[in-house]
Amino acid sequence: MKARVHVTLKSGVLDPQGRAIQHTLGSLGFGGVSDVRQGKYLELDLAETDREAAERSVKDMCEKLLANTVIENYSIDLVE
Amino acid sequence: MKPAVIVFPASNCDRDAAVAIEKICGVKPFMVWHGDSTLPDVDLIVIPGGFSFGDYLRCGAMAARSPVMREVVDRANKGTPVLGICNGFQVLTEAGLLPGALMMNSHLKFVCKDVALKVESNQSMFTSAYQTGEVVKYTVAHHEGNYFADDATLDQIEQNGQVAFRYLDNPNGARNDIAGIFNKERNVLGLMPHPERMIERDLGGDDGARMFESLVASL
Repeated sequence: MKARVHVTLKSGVLDPQGRAIQHTLGSLGFGGVSDVRQGKYLELDLAETDREAAERSVKDMCEKLLANTVIENYSIDLVE
Repeated sequence: MKPAVIVFPASNCDRDAAVAIEKICGVKPFMVWHGDSTLPDVDLIVIPGGFSFGDYLRCGAMAARSPVMREVVDRANKGTPVLGICNGFQVLTEAGLLPGALMMNSHLKFVCKDVALKVESNQSMFTSAYQTGEVVKYTVAHHEGNYFADDATLDQIEQNGQVAFRYLDNPNGARNDIAGIFNKERNVLGLMPHPERMIERDLGGDDGARMFESLVASL
């Protein structure tokens, strides 16, 4: 089973990189972008075959390492 | 005094910290490798600056989960003084010993220069040799020194008097101009500027020496 984990900055946390990307998009002529938030995407190959157990385990990984929950949110998608 | 400096792969201020300790405190610190799960009997732990584990994932994230840090957290909770400088500050927030997080500088550039800092409190074993309100000169050298905590946490930090140092001219976008904070018990201090690089006039200044003199006086 694969886990796809997205880690994103919480709303209210400034994202200067996102702002720089938005600015550059604007200078390339893409004017309609009102906000850009940059995040991380991680793909994990899991030995676990039970969906619930896998979800629990990846959530634990997010809390303990993959995300810093002071500033970041995470979401998990499991793919068979 | 029995100090230890923790060394991670890609720490690069560990020797500077050791030199400062040896010169001012008159004792050679234990240099403890991150993979060690035991710490000698020490009364001061320094987490030095650098780019531990190449700043992979987030600055300090890997180092904060290394074997030796379990022992560091345990000792800190039992009252042992812990000083985290620059990357060490990032490690301490990632390890949960200090509130908040260090984010990329708001201008997205690495900043390396001398900065003026206001000593917010001399009521700690790290700052007793300073005057409260005194302005000192340290050096900063970082890309991720932008201190962030949410409003509620920030209010708490301010109310508890946990701000140790504040920038006079904020170099990185840190909230409330915060350069360094204590934990509630004031036995843990994390700061982005480098006191260990300011211990000799010939090297640009000696304001940092008094942090180590403070520690000598209280340990």
